[in-house]
Amino acid sequence: MRREGSALAGAGTVMMKELGDNLSSTRMRLLELLVFLTGAGAVFATIGEVREVVGEDPFVFLRIFTTSKGETLPSFAAFLGFLIPIVSIALGFDSVNSEFNGKTMSRILAQPIYRDALLFGKFMAGLTTLAVMLTALWLFVIGLAIFMLGLPPGTEEVLRGFAFLIAAIAYGGVWLGLAMLFSVQFRSSATAALASLAVWLLFAFFWNMVVTIITPIIAPVDPYNPMSVLYTVEVGQALSRLSPNTLFAETTMAFLNPATRSLGLVLQSQMQGAISGPLPFSESVALVWPQVTGLLASVIGLFTVAYVMFQRQEVRA
Amino acid sequence: MSEPVIRTQQLTKAYGSRLAVDKLDLTIEPGEVFGLLGPNGAGKTTTILMLLGLTEPTSGTANVAGFDPLRQPLEVKRRVGYMPDQVGFYDNLTGVANLRYTAKLCGFTSKEADEKIAAALARVRLTEAGQRPVLGYSRGMRQRLAIAEILMKGASIAILDEPTGGLDPQSTREFLELIRSLKKDGMTILLSSHMLELVQSVCDRVALFSQGKIGLMGRVEDLLRSVLGGSHIIRIEAHGEGLEAALSAVPGVTRVANEGSGLRIEATGDIRGDIARAVVGAGGDLTMIDAGHASLDDVYARFFEGLPNAA
Repeated sequence: MRREGSALAGAGTVMMKELGDNLSSTRMRLLELLVFLTGAGAVFATIGEVREVVGEDPFVFLRIFTTSKGETLPSFAAFLGFLIPIVSIALGFDSVNSEFNGKTMSRILAQPIYRDALLFGKFMAGLTTLAVMLTALWLFVIGLAIFMLGLPPGTEEVLRGFAFLIAAIAYGGVWLGLAMLFSVQFRSSATAALASLAVWLLFAFFWNMVVTIITPIIAPVDPYNPMSVLYTVEVGQALSRLSPNTLFAETTMAFLNPATRSLGLVLQSQMQGAISGPLPFSESVALVWPQVTGLLASVIGLFTVAYVMFQRQEVRA
Repeated sequence: MSEPVIRTQQLTKAYGSRLAVDKLDLTIEPGEVFGLLGPNGAGKTTTILMLLGLTEPTSGTANVAGFDPLRQPLEVKRRVGYMPDQVGFYDNLTGVANLRYTAKLCGFTSKEADEKIAAALARVRLTEAGQRPVLGYSRGMRQRLAIAEILMKGASIAILDEPTGGLDPQSTREFLELIRSLKKDGMTILLSSHMLELVQSVCDRVALFSQGKIGLMGRVEDLLRSVLGGSHIIRIEAHGEGLEAALSAVPGVTRVANEGSGLRIEATGDIRGDIARAVVGAGGDLTMIDAGHASLDDVYARFFEGLPNAA
């Protein structure tokens, strides 16, 4: 049966209200502080090493994002890989269930809007908050780098840096979608937060172990068939790419390190005759297109599941 | 007679095998104050949610202000103001900011919204408090803010779910006054409650709900007459054997029920004298006798006697 009226009427209003809440909440202030401190810390720590190679690397600016200080301090990009999920989860874990707990849900849904508008508006508000924060951080880091290196970034560096920013927002969208999914599923905000953090922990720390354990079971190495080794590696890689963290790490690598030619296994024979040097931007994009698509698809997939669950939910608490 | 503003036909909602609302036929006329009464879990809130299009009926149809809540929920929700049981607002925002959010959801421009909000808040006497965060509001103030929201929206129908739940007597009285003034403005009001006395004083018509069905529906006086057979209730406290039989034999007495501490007698008129004589005549000691008009409580008690309590 068809419903009349726009499904998204009121979504803009919901989004503006949620955006206001997000940007003014103490929770976000703390996270912004944390993220900016880590960003600044990462840049200050690596700037020394980047300065040493100023004359040698045509993409010295991108080094700011990827250089890690020895074993102790991870690179800025790696920091983001950790922090973005935390920020996204903080933005999303109580977005729907707080309306139920505050008894505002039925009152708001009694206004002339569809549920679609409420969920979509909340999601867009979360994503916008994330985008604003990451863009600010990105500009901050670039500004700091210009100041400390004393040279401006080239066109392609800006382009690659921007592609990295977009990928970072998409990566945040995945975690926001997950957190919102749990906020629809669980009435208790604490449960939703814990469930989101559990998934994050799984992918951030345990997924590699899981892959190492599962891969030989699915694709055991046959000692008499050298090709089976190749197959095992491929299966392992496919499994590890189920994790958004892997997708983000690979995307980061391709965008920020132009010398990256392949994200998979490369055989000696394939490298023969290849001219070493950086890839043009368009080739790097082509290289990580599957990863970027995968991230976007996860965002849409998670939002859709949350959407269907929310539509089927009873309004009465 | 004008078109009814709310009409349901065979409206049914099942949760699994349990019928929350069972083939409900309900008609509410414009300008009427209609009370849905019944114990918790009788299906009152489910009915309300179906009228608003927030829950899909399993079968049957509803029509609110000329629209189908299932297919045209936005039109319905534009015309209906809803105050849920345990109404909540965003605690961190002021009363005005809360209403402004609703106003924008309703599609009002900022200028329209500000005027409507100011007028609505003045009507419920929250003009001052409107500038403060809702966090510090009392229960009664939240309820009044919800009424302000309905007024601001310009709704022609107000649906109030348990409007006086948790209010102190003073706030309840004020709230009833507010409902009466809304009725004077020509608003149609549907309210659900288990507080019968309250409903009796404001409702034109009531429906008694039990396990998803309407047991009785009609004007309060009519119900009193039809259910109790008379509008006088006499309570006595007396000691003695066989009093019930003796009292049942008194002319004018329609029913005698044991109420624990004493007896409740339903009669066609004030026949306290006859009853006192009957008690004394039967050799009993009469310690208290009291007469009063029958209330909806009595109808309710009578109606739900013998029914398993759903609560």
